[in-house]
Amino acid sequence: MPLLSVDELTVTFGGGRGRKESKAVNGVSFDVDQGQVVGLVGESGCGKSVTSLALMGLLPKKGVRTGGRADFDGTDLLTLAPSRMRDMRGRKIAMIFQDPLSSLNPVVPIGIQVTEILARHRGMKGEAARKEAAHLLDRVGIPDPDRRLKEYPHQLSGGMRQRALIAMAVACAPRLLIADEPTTALDVTIQAQILELLKELVDQQGTALLMITHDLGVVAGLCDQVNVLYAGKVVESTGRRELFAHPTHPYANGLLGSIPRLDAPRGTPLTPIRGSINDQIAWADGCAFAPRCDHYTMECLTGTPELAEPRAAGHQVRCVNPIMADPEAPPVVTAESDTASGSSDEPSAPDTPTEEVPA
Amino acid sequence: MASTTTRADKIDRLAELTAQQEAHGGASLWREAFRRLRASKMAVIGAVIIAVFVVLAVIGPWIAPYGPTEQAWRGEVFPNQGRFVGPRGENWFGLDHLGRDEFSRMLVGARQTLLVGVVSMLIGLVVGALVGALSGAAATLGGASGKRLDSFVMRVTDMLLALPSLLLAVSIAAVMGQSLTTVMIAVGVVQVPVFARLLRGSMLAQGGSDYVLAARALGVRRRRIVLTQILPNSLSPVIVQATLSLATAIIEAAALSYLGLGNPDPAVPEWGVMLSQAQRFFDNAPMMSVYPAVGIIITALGFTLLGEAMREALDPKLRG
Amino acid sequence: MSLLELDGVKVHFPVRKGVLFDRTVGHVYAVDGVSLKVEAGRTYGLVGESGCGKTTLGRAVLRLVDITEGEVVLDGTNLAKLSGEEMRRVRRRLQMVFQDPLGSLNPRQNIESILAEGMAAHGIGADSEERRAKIKEVLARVGLPANALSRYPHEFSGGQRQRIGIARALVLEPDVIICDEPVSALDVSIQAQVINLLEELQESLGLTYLVIAHDLAVVRHISDVIGVMYLGSLVEEAPSDTLYAEPRHPYTRALMSAVPVPDPDVEDNRERILLQGDLPSPANPPTGCRFHTRCPWKQETRCATERPELRDIGGGHRVACHYAAEIADGTIGPRQSATAPRAAGEQRPVDAAVPAEAGVGAAAGAGPGAEEAVGKE
Repeated sequence: MPLLSVDELTVTFGGGRGRKESKAVNGVSFDVDQGQVVGLVGESGCGKSVTSLALMGLLPKKGVRTGGRADFDGTDLLTLAPSRMRDMRGRKIAMIFQDPLSSLNPVVPIGIQVTEILARHRGMKGEAARKEAAHLLDRVGIPDPDRRLKEYPHQLSGGMRQRALIAMAVACAPRLLIADEPTTALDVTIQAQILELLKELVDQQGTALLMITHDLGVVAGLCDQVNVLYAGKVVESTGRRELFAHPTHPYANGLLGSIPRLDAPRGTPLTPIRGSINDQIAWADGCAFAPRCDHYTMECLTGTPELAEPRAAGHQVRCVNPIMADPEAPPVVTAESDTASGSSDEPSAPDTPTEEVPA
Repeated sequence: MASTTTRADKIDRLAELTAQQEAHGGASLWREAFRRLRASKMAVIGAVIIAVFVVLAVIGPWIAPYGPTEQAWRGEVFPNQGRFVGPRGENWFGLDHLGRDEFSRMLVGARQTLLVGVVSMLIGLVVGALVGALSGAAATLGGASGKRLDSFVMRVTDMLLALPSLLLAVSIAAVMGQSLTTVMIAVGVVQVPVFARLLRGSMLAQGGSDYVLAARALGVRRRRIVLTQILPNSLSPVIVQATLSLATAIIEAAALSYLGLGNPDPAVPEWGVMLSQAQRFFDNAPMMSVYPAVGIIITALGFTLLGEAMREALDPKLRG
Repeated sequence: MSLLELDGVKVHFPVRKGVLFDRTVGHVYAVDGVSLKVEAGRTYGLVGESGCGKTTLGRAVLRLVDITEGEVVLDGTNLAKLSGEEMRRVRRRLQMVFQDPLGSLNPRQNIESILAEGMAAHGIGADSEERRAKIKEVLARVGLPANALSRYPHEFSGGQRQRIGIARALVLEPDVIICDEPVSALDVSIQAQVINLLEELQESLGLTYLVIAHDLAVVRHISDVIGVMYLGSLVEEAPSDTLYAEPRHPYTRALMSAVPVPDPDVEDNRERILLQGDLPSPANPPTGCRFHTRCPWKQETRCATERPELRDIGGGHRVACHYAAEIADGTIGPRQSATAPRAAGEQRPVDAAVPAEAGVGAAAGAGPGAEEAVGKE
């Protein structure tokens, strides 16, 4: 049985007082096994962060509705009473955020912030708690932990702050660690340090890691299982090697084509996805990605596509016209003649707004 | 099947699905702020109060049933014996200590009260904004000498701010004598450093923004950067403050009048003066104090509500 | 001759303290002696992490910050010596694209007036009709619809805003465009659109770019020559392919080994050079080689005492390291703890869940070495 099993999670914002509702998360399902690193990948607005907040019970109560199930170790996180959720957070599930400075209390020394967690969840006090806190900081690679414990968050560098947050997150040896863009605010050399640290913690403690990121490079080095999100739905879900070898959903394929690779020879062209995240249609009407897709067919515009396994078992793709060609082969134009027939009357030119307002 | 459909069909279908996106173009931030303002309950209530007040101030003297100095009922009121006349059919708010119709005096006084509020706010706004704009422009784009000028101006406004506003007003009034003009100037001068600091601070914040840097990189002249880039983006807090300070100006003017610095001319009653005169008879005729006091409070409330609503509507964080 | 030449450019910001009278108590050495040449029609990529001074350097070229020392020569004119008004006129030829597409557009101006602002400042176009025609042409070039003219910045998506920022530079028909993190605020799929657009424009208009970015992969993709900055100065400069194939400065090596590549095979087999600690403060830079406090190849002699010059090692490859040659031929090796090669046992099975006990056991072997690398002296 998986450690965390998310089933058809939906998060709906607004809807009150004549405001338009928006489904930030629109039926997301995935599993996280013990000791596994699972990635939620997508661009801004795809619902990846909202998913993590929903799992942690950190969404505002007002104006937000959640649906579906998220079974963690036999309890549904979505319906858990707030007091029991608070016990769960920190002890069994911990989270680290993108911005380490705003996740730490600026007026309280690091040491007290760490010992508070130890006191609350492990009942440690006084000297024992302080020793354990120093041990934790040492463990996440903060040099001179005894001195650092007395310092305030602003006295630490960005990388050190993120380490301190990780120390607080792993203080109770949680079974699941949720990391929401943990390295996005950091420089690459610091990012490498933090990623290495996360790998180590997962390997040593058997903690499962739910890694939320927009960076496919980070995913390639870290995640066992990857879920690619678009407009609040998982569009592709598979193992990391399979994903990078055979990106089958046009969006995943497009993302990989958009990233300049350090090891690609100079002059290798990028093949961006056209349009922006704003150019989407409601999932109920078809595939939300269709307006930006080079492969869409009439079928894509009638009803929500379901997850299928067109290529291999365990490689789920939500697409009625998936990319089956090998990426090694020269880019193959779709079966239809239309993509090859020039771009003069393309439905929406790159990045132009879809509404046609005469000049 | 997909292969049998034509390209045109696909485009039509996609256009149909994406057309649901709301098309709105060319809405400036000011217009969007106004749209948000109209949707705010607080703003509507404030605006209605202000509108009623302004209408009364304009037409008050004509609709007043009696003249403000008309002592038609002098024989019925004996303040020294504690005999007053309360509200009745012909005098809705009763009579004052000289036998004049309180309702008529309130109506006529609305105009004076509004005048004091608006004029003193304008004095503060115009002088303060000029000083603030000068200081802000010098600080953001004037180089080292600009920074010195800004520093000097700000020290002066700091000194003005440090003086208790009422004390400052009383001293001005003491020099200029007792009149409505004195009250307006006194209240206005107190507002000057507030507006100056506010505009300057706002301009400084905008001066460090990327679009100002971009304008400099474009080679736009400094004066034009101040006028088209920095100033328009710095005005929101000043506009909010102007609305809010109408409320404080009315209250402060009333306070000065209450202290006896207001216009003594009985033909031009002002709510603050009326309140000042009524307090002597508070024991026997409390309502005489209540009418002007409530008038001042409601009016100030109207401006405060509108100002707070504007602060929310103009908040750039709510953009989009 | 190169179109744009920087010679020994320094930008030092005074640190002031005091209640009434400001006293200079020190300097932040944001840019501390940078010399480089940008050839006409080519792209020079400047890469470095936050705090290395790359943004300040870009602004110094446009004189948006004061140059403390050194020369910025555009086409034979030393910009550092120009008066304010002369510099203002030069800005027509030297334009900038900013990192934050929304923040760099005045929220209260519509697109037409944003684009017309620079034209008016330089007297381009006789009247508003002529300007509008030019603006429409440029908008089409950057892939924006003509109806964008009357709309406001907040009504566009991030990618479109960056196109507006590029159009604003283009209407002046500049020779050089300084792109300061042009894509880092954008989503991945949009980044590629903007990168392609920049490349197209360079090809069709013969533009010269100075691209400043923290993302080495982006810089390598669009640049002909790359300069790597660390703490205010260039540590290495080479043609794009050379830099990737033969990075000579320890910092460049560390940077390259840290950039994640979207390819599991590359990620599993790479050797990471993990740097110790954090960037020192530019207000109090280390003596000698600025990088010696974090360098895995640091030697007992020279590194801490003598500041290395940028030396030409042939083929347009310049490097500022005393021991670049020795490191390249392997005579000097990194300290053992500095590299953390991925042990075979560390590769986790992809699909199966690892039982907790096994995970701990497997990691125990690989753990200590890696832990040493992270931060401990």
